[in-house]
Amino acid sequence: MTINGAGATFPYPIYSKWFSEYNKLHPDVRINYQSIGSGGGIQQVTNRTVFFGATDGPMNEDQLKGAPGIMHFPTVLGAVVPVYNVAGVSELKFTGQALADIYLGKIKKWNDPALTKLNPGVKLPATDISVVHRSDGSGTTYIFVDYLSKISPQFKSDVGVSTSVKWPAGVGGKGNEGVSGLVTQTPGSIGYVELIYALQNKIPFGSVQNAAGEFVKASTDAVTKAAAAAAATIPEDFRVSITNAQGAGAYPISSFTWILLYQDPMDKRAGNAMVDFLKWALTDGQKYAPDLGYAPLPANVIMLEQAALDRIKVS
Amino acid sequence: MRSTDLRFRIGIGIFAAALLLIVVAIGITLANDSSLSLQRFGFRFWRTSNWDPVAGEFGALPFIWGTFYSSVLALAIATPVALGIAVFISELCPQALRAPLMFLTELLAAIPSIVYGLWGIFVLVPAVRAIEALMPEGLRALPLFSGPPFGVGMLAAALILAVMVVPFTSAVAREVLKTVPMTQREAAFALGATRFEAIRAAMFYARTGIIGAVMLGFGRALGETMAVTMVIGNNPQVSLSLFAPQYTMAAVIANEFTEAANALYLSALIEIGLVLFVITLLVNVLSRGLIWSMAPP
Amino acid sequence: MMIRKIISAVFVGACGLAVVVALIPLAFVLFFVLSQGIQSLNLDFFLHNPRPVGETGGGMANAIVGTLILTTLAAAMAVPIGILSGVYLSEYRGSRFASAVRFAADTLNGVPSIVIGVFAYAVVVLPLGHFSTLAGGFALGVMMIPIIARTTEELLLLVPNTLREGALALGATRGRAVFSVIVPAALPGIITGVVLALARIAGETAPLLFTSFNNAFFSTSLTQPIASITVQVFTYAISPYEDWHRQAWAGALVLVAIVLTCSMAARIAAARIVRIRGL
Repeated sequence: MTINGAGATFPYPIYSKWFSEYNKLHPDVRINYQSIGSGGGIQQVTNRTVFFGATDGPMNEDQLKGAPGIMHFPTVLGAVVPVYNVAGVSELKFTGQALADIYLGKIKKWNDPALTKLNPGVKLPATDISVVHRSDGSGTTYIFVDYLSKISPQFKSDVGVSTSVKWPAGVGGKGNEGVSGLVTQTPGSIGYVELIYALQNKIPFGSVQNAAGEFVKASTDAVTKAAAAAAATIPEDFRVSITNAQGAGAYPISSFTWILLYQDPMDKRAGNAMVDFLKWALTDGQKYAPDLGYAPLPANVIMLEQAALDRIKVS
Repeated sequence: MRSTDLRFRIGIGIFAAALLLIVVAIGITLANDSSLSLQRFGFRFWRTSNWDPVAGEFGALPFIWGTFYSSVLALAIATPVALGIAVFISELCPQALRAPLMFLTELLAAIPSIVYGLWGIFVLVPAVRAIEALMPEGLRALPLFSGPPFGVGMLAAALILAVMVVPFTSAVAREVLKTVPMTQREAAFALGATRFEAIRAAMFYARTGIIGAVMLGFGRALGETMAVTMVIGNNPQVSLSLFAPQYTMAAVIANEFTEAANALYLSALIEIGLVLFVITLLVNVLSRGLIWSMAPP
Repeated sequence: MMIRKIISAVFVGACGLAVVVALIPLAFVLFFVLSQGIQSLNLDFFLHNPRPVGETGGGMANAIVGTLILTTLAAAMAVPIGILSGVYLSEYRGSRFASAVRFAADTLNGVPSIVIGVFAYAVVVLPLGHFSTLAGGFALGVMMIPIIARTTEELLLLVPNTLREGALALGATRGRAVFSVIVPAALPGIITGVVLALARIAGETAPLLFTSFNNAFFSTSLTQPIASITVQVFTYAISPYEDWHRQAWAGALVLVAIVLTCSMAARIAAARIVRIRGL
């Protein structure tokens, strides 16, 4: 049996690992996942052209109306990091405001006072900042602009929060892969990608100032801390934003990523298989997360999800 | 006898009709599925530049701009090269070289678009980036050369399109030049013309066909998707700069089709497809008309 | 006089230069595809399916099979319609219907492949409810039809009229004359045309992006998405992983090899037929 899914590129590294491992345990179940971006995942699952979707930006009210009965299931926690390609520079500090201004086109050069002030001792060149963003509908974008909109009212009004926004400046890459590719190949560029893409491709990424004022570099630990506060009060449908979380050591651009399943799927066999897969992913699967740069889910969230999974009508 | 002939005609006529039906079906399907966007935006769709899926605002001017700008640039680069090749192969080169050269130009046409795109990303774009970075400050100030040296952008797209258009235009131009009667050239030589002047006379004679060949190449450039998508930078903006990342109609459909998260978005993309269909249809009809006036099929 | 000769010489030189200029990118592309691709071409590539990021030993076995299945499907659909349309176009050249069909064929030839992908999505994917091999095969088939139709028409016109007249004189019906005498005479050329069309669509990516989609697993099912060399190369090319880039070049090499071999074989065969038949 082949089950088709599509969506976010953000969790693609761990999903491809999971589907491969699960297939080893259950050779007759092949889960074919294509990473086309969260926007694509939402659209395809709404049209039922795929069995499940995946997104890092929870569906909004309008989208929920288009897909009645759809449920969100968080799978892992991840971080979006600002990556850059500046000769001779490996460690940079950013505030949310600085990032917002760069992406608004207000900070145009690397040696802008806003950046040099944050990074004394780092030699920043006078070159233009080449801004890279996503060209496709992206949950990674959603997480990033969600955070920037919380920090900068101008960003919120000029750009807004969605999987696909109108960027004031820059070049578009397709998928996390496309942005990583563009940043590695373009000197003087800045982009935003999921942590694992920066780690695997050894792209330098910066630390970001969190709500407590500390400059935190993304790590599984820091992401877990960001989720800790929200975990206690997570809503029933699991749609919550944990960007700019309170608490010491929390990484401010963290997020859950979700798999989208219909409560009443048309193919019961496939539904059964997906439920079984998710239960495995939420338990055994979580151990693969840290190696790939994702943080495992908090225990109470997993418990709530197991209960929610039982509500899926598979017979 | 008559009835079997009639049955034969109808029998294969059905298949021929299937061909016709497919083309009509394409037009109808595109028009039908873009009706939502057509009704909502009307002509505003093509006059505005604000492509904002979040807000439900779809202005497709950047795509038409990007498509035409890249194709015209490509044509400017490719036409002299293609005509030069056509002239060389049909008029100037030694008999022995003719077959290998024709083979090589066909090889250019046979390489799949995705392979050009791959080569574009890893070879052409870094080269263009190096050229862009080397641009002197004085030229940088001009709108034609402004912007950071991404490498991806209009220039890379135009170059790759030019490479892909050359074999098309040159093959058709060669065919057209073949139909010029030898007497034209002989008359020119008899009057003491140099090779250049004789060829110029032949080309003048074949001018409508040659224009048709150029337009055919134009049509090819307009619809090219993969190679352009991978090197143009995917930014819906109207910009004169060769260095600026821009977008074409074909590229935006390829990139955003699977994620059009609502009916209006999808309909807007299909409307772009409809316009692309109509434009390429017109260009092809025009070019074919020009060519056939010289060399009827 | 001198100046005219100089101009002529410059012109001739410029034309030769044009040839060289055109051949440079060709050499460039082939060089890179060959040199980069050959490094990553190993047994794994042909026997294994894609592996998750970070694991080595992945390959494009499913994509190679997928491309074969898709092109076969496309041919199954396009060859009958294409050849028979070509027959109609040559037999009933003058009629208005034939002119309309010819116009449609030339139009279809010029339709951008991405638009055909949109058409196939609307006509096959949406009613079926999901991406499928069938949708991809349909899109490719639609692209093949006009190529085959026009080459068939042109080849049938080259068959000497004496053959047709002889058949008719012996009392054959039109249908008999065409299918028993004329088409067999042109058959080698028609097959060449089909092979060329196959080579052309084997390299297509855009119409497959939202029809056959892609598949991480090995699949031969007609109603499931299927991998293809072209889409896989695209996916790998825009990724940031070195290993995937290498596999993209390898895939490109395989693709170019398939396309060029088919094109060359077809042209050599066509040239020999022309020589032998004196057509």
